[in-house]
Amino acid sequence: MIINHPLLGPCDAQEFTYLGDASLIDRPDGMADGADAAFHDYLYLRDNPAGLHRELWFHEQGDRSWLVVTRDTVTHDITSVELARDVARAKGRSA
Amino acid sequence: MRYSGFRVLQQALTGHKGWQPAWRDPAPKPRYDIVIIGGGGHGLATAYYLARQFGQANIAVLEKGWIGGGNVGRNTTIIRSNYMLDGNEPFYEFSLKLWEGLEQDFNYNAMVSQRGILNLIHSDAQRDAFTRRGNAMILNGADAELLTAEQVRREYPFLNFDNARFPIKGGLAQRRGGTVRHDAVAWGYARGADSRGVDIIQNCEVTGFRIENGTCLGVETSRGFIGAGKVGVAVAGNSSRMMAKAGMRLPIESHVLQAFVTEGLKPVLPGVITFGAGHFYCSQSDKGGLVFGGDLDGYNSYAQRGNLPVVEDVAEGGMALFPGLGRVRLLRMWGGIMDMSMDGSPIIDRTHIDGLYFNGGWCYGGFKATPASGWCFAHLLATDTPHPTATAYRFDRFKRGRMIDEKGMGAQPNLH
Ligand SMILES: Cc1cc2nc3c(=O)[nH]c(=O)nc-3n(C[C@H](O)[C@H](O)[C@H](O)COP(=O)(O)OP(=O)(O)OC[C@H]3O[C@@H](n4cnc5c(N)ncnc54)[C@H](O)[C@@H]3O)c2cc1C
Repeated sequence: MIINHPLLGPCDAQEFTYLGDASLIDRPDGMADGADAAFHDYLYLRDNPAGLHRELWFHEQGDRSWLVVTRDTVTHDITSVELARDVARAKGRSA
Repeated sequence: MRYSGFRVLQQALTGHKGWQPAWRDPAPKPRYDIVIIGGGGHGLATAYYLARQFGQANIAVLEKGWIGGGNVGRNTTIIRSNYMLDGNEPFYEFSLKLWEGLEQDFNYNAMVSQRGILNLIHSDAQRDAFTRRGNAMILNGADAELLTAEQVRREYPFLNFDNARFPIKGGLAQRRGGTVRHDAVAWGYARGADSRGVDIIQNCEVTGFRIENGTCLGVETSRGFIGAGKVGVAVAGNSSRMMAKAGMRLPIESHVLQAFVTEGLKPVLPGVITFGAGHFYCSQSDKGGLVFGGDLDGYNSYAQRGNLPVVEDVAEGGMALFPGLGRVRLLRMWGGIMDMSMDGSPIIDRTHIDGLYFNGGWCYGGFKATPASGWCFAHLLATDTPHPTATAYRFDRFKRGRMIDEKGMGAQPNLH
């Protein structure tokens, strides 16, 4: 698979490590009420869809940026790649 | 029809005209007491033990394609019980004991071959870890034997003992481990279940559940609604998709695992070997092909095919351990979709919906579990209580901090 890095252009997926569903960006507030239940769902439950999947890849052997890759889990076709930082910022989660 | 040596002889003398189909092709009835979704090893074994062990009649297995077309027909056929943790080892040892009597039990030649499995050791720390594992196995009634490098050399002289980076320092052997003809497991259970009245319905995809007031009343299928007293789901890599229809999110990701087979060779590899310094394992099939595999590709996938980086990685592992492999041509490679759970261990449990039961999260190790998984799931379906060897395989273990994480990897399915 080729991941089209927003800054570096096309890179072999081998340069990356995979973390999982991009919903991992939405880490719950550990101080809020019901945090233990929220963390259970956050840490252990996954949608695991067949079809489009937004997921976190880390460019370990490159610029060490985190990317949000939208990929079809049935065909392995990659339809969009964003910097995870931009995604998190848009949600007001990153400086 | 019972199969036997006498039967083969009799048929040979009468032109093989008397063989009958091994199972029927029934149309679905409007209702069953128990409906099993998924005609893989686990679904078929569940139906078989429900009928044979737990006295249930009126059972159907619904399979969207053909039985044995999923992982049960795609795996690398290794059976073993070399687990360490309390939640796992009694279950896998129960399974190995069932394998030992399986062919007589279901009257089918599944080619169960206890040729032994050998996990190689490459460092002192690894020897300590494997010693501990071997002791845990023995405490649970399994067999384990720690071998020195010299003992390994006597059995596998062609391995690369003096690799500068990963020398072989010994191995942990389980002599009762081995391989089984995977398709024959599906067929044997199917035939055994069918002869006890189970309807095996192929080309019947379950598209949803009919759930009213928290009770599952049956399943919607491509061949119409089928009512059920109880529904057991055993769809392996498709677990999340299936349970989403009941509104559930599972502690599971689906990942692709690849496997490879070479051209046929004369007998070279007496047992199953696993590389302890990289991810590579290998056995020789009775047809002569070397069957091997390694790591998951590592990303969510439903594609039943993988990518080249893992092919390279597996080949490198193979060459580091077994240099003779380099001269052999690869015949085929394929992939299967693994239901990778968050701690690497399975789930056999009820759900919060009455009448709906789940069996999944088998990762890349569910073939060896087939007999015990079927038995324990049948136990749960028939009695509403878990089998004593499967009490740890609950959904709520993640909530309660009782993960069964053999490798200590945490909630990261691609690392288990
Ligand atoms: C390459 C590879 C190597 C492996 N090696 C080993 C090994 O050496 N040792 C080991 O112990 N394990 C191994 N495994 C793992 C093992 O094969 C699986 O864990 C096990 O087979 C899963 O259980 P099953 O047989 O019931 O699954 P499957 O055979 O996949 O059965 C599930 C069935 O459910 C059906 N289904 C899905 N959705 C629906 C629906 N909506 N309606 C109706 N039917 C449906 C599917 O068509 C399928 O037939 C390996 C797996 C792979 C892919």
